[in-house]
Amino acid sequence: MREIDVQHITDAVANMCIQANQYLPPDVQTTLHAAQRAEHWPLATRTLAQINMNLAQAADKQLPICQDTGMACVFIELGQDVHLTGGNLDDAVNEGVRRGYTEGYLRKSVVQDPIRRGNTGDNTPALLTVHIVPGQQVNITVAPKGFGSENMSRIAMLKPAQGREGVVDFVLETVRLAGPNPCPPIVLGVGIGGSFDKVALLAKQALLRPLNQPSQTPYYAQLEAELLEKVNQLGIGPAGYGGKTTALDVAIETMPTHIAGLPVAVNVSCHATRRASVVL
Amino acid sequence: MQIELSTPLSIAQLAKLRAGDNVAISGTIYTARDAAHKRMAELLQAGQPLPFALQGSCIYYAGPSPAKPGGVIGAIGPTTAGRMDATTPLLLQHGLAAMIGKGARSPEVLAAMQQAGAVYFGFIGGAAALAAAHVTASKIIAWEDLGSEAVRELTVQNLPVTVLADTVGGDLYKSGPAAYLASRKK
Ligand code: SF4
Repeated sequence: MREIDVQHITDAVANMCIQANQYLPPDVQTTLHAAQRAEHWPLATRTLAQINMNLAQAADKQLPICQDTGMACVFIELGQDVHLTGGNLDDAVNEGVRRGYTEGYLRKSVVQDPIRRGNTGDNTPALLTVHIVPGQQVNITVAPKGFGSENMSRIAMLKPAQGREGVVDFVLETVRLAGPNPCPPIVLGVGIGGSFDKVALLAKQALLRPLNQPSQTPYYAQLEAELLEKVNQLGIGPAGYGGKTTALDVAIETMPTHIAGLPVAVNVSCHATRRASVVL
Repeated sequence: MQIELSTPLSIAQLAKLRAGDNVAISGTIYTARDAAHKRMAELLQAGQPLPFALQGSCIYYAGPSPAKPGGVIGAIGPTTAGRMDATTPLLLQHGLAAMIGKGARSPEVLAAMQQAGAVYFGFIGGAAALAAAHVTASKIIAWEDLGSEAVRELTVQNLPVTVLADTVGGDLYKSGPAAYLASRKK
């Protein structure tokens, strides 16, 4: 049994909230630069150049890439041989978010009540997902998520007979309806299977996978490629001004489901697809 | 090619712009988003003056992240303009000349813009640190209680924007993707 003081979790979360908001992961940066080189439509090239200039400015001035510094989605893989000491996990994570968003001059974008509103003032609570895994490590990922793109996400309980084609149609319809709103070029996390709740989580987890790392299941790697190609034929383009690069990548995660169902969820993310990870 | 414009914007200058044009804006612009629009509409309906003169003005739909000590402004990208659609025609009637934001506008707003000779500019959503680099001064002029949503007077230098909707009904969100797709068929 390994003991870890939750203070380390607080420190790590605080740090990652700031890091993730100022620097995109290397895979996203590389993909955005490659997209700029691959575009030949003038307005699209200019738009991608400005998006890449923005990344340079953010890093240089240590400013957030986007003023919507998001809700802090925190994913923890907790080794079952770890004993957490010094406080409870939820509090430790929220304290990390509170510190990160305050010390990092990030925008506080969370309201206490979904209908009656009221800003919590410190961007808490985090959206925390914990998985118990074998071993004695703690894996923490912080993925700040803006709502321009979150609001464009959709879920559908398709009929099994709609199959692969139904999934493709639903994803394309989602992107078409979203148009310029989710700040394209977008990244699509697609969940297929499970139940109403699990499929949404699958879609979110798909967004945690580094870009250009296809599904390990060849069937779904092929479907990812097909979806990316079709999305990029819609013409929406960077910022929705027209062009080839509507999406940077599509990632699919799946799980078994019921004989009577085919749940599909599409979690839309923007060009500011932010995440940071650490292993304790 | 980039067209350079300075505030206050003249109706004659704006009339020459077309959807898709690249423009660099310099001068004074004002931030206002949801809550500030609600209050501005209430003032106008009550016949009271606004925190700034609307005639020839340019509103930027934005709420910045907090500025660091010694910094001019935090990250300041545009928010979705559609949420301001309900109050925009009223502001246009009172002289609002330009808006900077992201996302499509309602047919009512587009019609009111044509009537007023106003233009809707796009700044790239999410390019908030780049926008900050073009802001040389910032001060809160009204409704500090709204926090990030307070009305700010910004001085900007060559803020790079694109004409999204012009005074003759041009709409880049329609014409841009359509032109790109047509170019691929050739
Ligand atoms: S969708 Fe993303 S890039 Fe656009 S404003 Fe929201 S967080 Fe920023």
